[in-house]
Amino acid sequence: MSLNINNISRSFNGKEVVKNVSFEADPGEIVGLLGTSGCGKSTVLRAISGLDTGYRGEVEINGKASRKVEASTGFIFQEPRLMPWLNVMENVTFGLKGKKESKDEIGRKYLRDVGLAGSEHLYPKELSGGMAQRVAIARALITSPEVLLLDEPFSALDAFTKMQLQDLLLEIWEEYRTTIVLVTHDIEEATYLCDKIVILKDRPGRVGQEIILDEPRPRRRGSNALANYKTDILNSLDLSRV
Amino acid sequence: MKKSSELTAGELHGTKPQGRGGLKSQKSRVQTVILGSILPIILIIAWELLSRAEVFPSYQLPAPTVILDTIAGLAADGSLWGHVGITLYRVLIGFLIGTAFAVILGSIVGFYKKAEQLFDPMIQAFRSIPSLAWVPLFILWMGIGEPSKVTMIAVGVFFPVYLNVVSGINGVDRKLIEVGKMYGLNTFELIRRVILPASLPSFLTGIRSGLGLGWMFVVAAELMGASSGLGYLLVLGQNTLSPETILASIILFAVVGKSTDWLLKIVEQKSLHWQDNAVKA
Ligand SMILES: Nc1ncnc2c1ncn2[C@@H]1O[C@H](COP(=O)(O)OP(=O)(O)O)[C@@H](O)[C@H]1O
Ligand SMILES: [Mg+2]
Repeated sequence: MSLNINNISRSFNGKEVVKNVSFEADPGEIVGLLGTSGCGKSTVLRAISGLDTGYRGEVEINGKASRKVEASTGFIFQEPRLMPWLNVMENVTFGLKGKKESKDEIGRKYLRDVGLAGSEHLYPKELSGGMAQRVAIARALITSPEVLLLDEPFSALDAFTKMQLQDLLLEIWEEYRTTIVLVTHDIEEATYLCDKIVILKDRPGRVGQEIILDEPRPRRRGSNALANYKTDILNSLDLSRV
Repeated sequence: MKKSSELTAGELHGTKPQGRGGLKSQKSRVQTVILGSILPIILIIAWELLSRAEVFPSYQLPAPTVILDTIAGLAADGSLWGHVGITLYRVLIGFLIGTAFAVILGSIVGFYKKAEQLFDPMIQAFRSIPSLAWVPLFILWMGIGEPSKVTMIAVGVFFPVYLNVVSGINGVDRKLIEVGKMYGLNTFELIRRVILPASLPSFLTGIRSGLGLGWMFVVAAELMGASSGLGYLLVLGQNTLSPETILASIILFAVVGKSTDWLLKIVEQKSLHWQDNAVKA
């Protein structure tokens, strides 16, 4: 599915935090939304998701303006946000309807996808941060979303788990070709994962620059090509002025 | 300090079937029970000995064995079950009625902002009246029969349950509600699948303290006038100058009250096993 973000602005209590943000995501594209903390990344993502409706401007999904939560949209939050009273299987199948057996059948497949086969009966309190985020990923994928929104999904994880889950996200993307909008403040993450990086800057947040990364996948972390993109991004963010 | 933290860690392991160290935790739990019983046992033995030596006059403080005899006597002539039964029955009915009202009103106030603005100030105002102050009015309205007793208990149970239901619903994590919204849940489904389970811990805390107040109020209600029940035994003991009857009644109150609380505690532990608490009350 394609996404078209048209001139989104959002104010809280009369103070504008995001101003005229526009960008596009083609079907199957991974778009990164990069910016310093507090520049309005989450605000834009929540507008796209339909969780927030108090914005001006328009979000078009497949060319149709939408201002509510669409069944075809999945959201992965910064925290796993698992229901503590449900076990892993029940959490993963939270968004499914129908009989328990058929839900569990599908749930097992997605748990295998995220490398958690055999953990069906654990409760969130028994999971490590990485495991919990895997469960959250499986929960978001199980409804086969065509648009996947991620809000700094790996920022709370240690470096190794983070890299594992980034690769997991790419595997999933290879399989389902989901359109992805990834909010991040991690430049390496953005250059490793994204086809396009939209840089948000200033207060209120606006689009500073769009950077297209045509580096083929699989990409090599720390390669020269990615390092060059990183330099571009740093220049564009112009951190010295902040 | 160190000891108790070791103990809780051991207990946590013990709850898992594959938990190692289950035996060790069992052992340390037995140890705590023994340690905790030392003082009461010494006191009871001292009390018994001093009573037998007639240091305490028996018309004021009878010996523990005399009190046990009294309970045994009540059990033998069958009146024990009647007294315990009717008291338990009053608490149960009052508890159910109070809880039902609290859940209904608490849910409405918790879910609807308008209802909160409408009801909450009034309920808070009523709450500032010590509930026992209603007793004379209820007796005036309903006589000293069952209705006034049950109403009193229900009033006592109502407030803690109501407050906990409201704060439980208000305290549900907005982030979890957002997850529900992301899956297109409507209001009813959100309540059933997110808000109710999330506020369950608070609700259970409420009904446990509600039950505690229920027991307090049944004493008051039965003191006011009753022809049976444990509270009636208190009055009877006072009027017949038999402290052993009073003490027997007090012990029965403690045992039965504690048992009902223990039942609720088991329900609580069973339904809240998912909670990530280091220590469970
Ligand atoms: N619900 C809200 N109410 C008031 N202010 C908000 C709200 N959400 C976000 N903001 C403000 O908007 C700004 C951008 O927030 P956010 O989008 O979360 O930034 P980012 O995700 O880029 O770190 C911040 O200054 C924040 O305080
Ligand atoms: Mg954010």
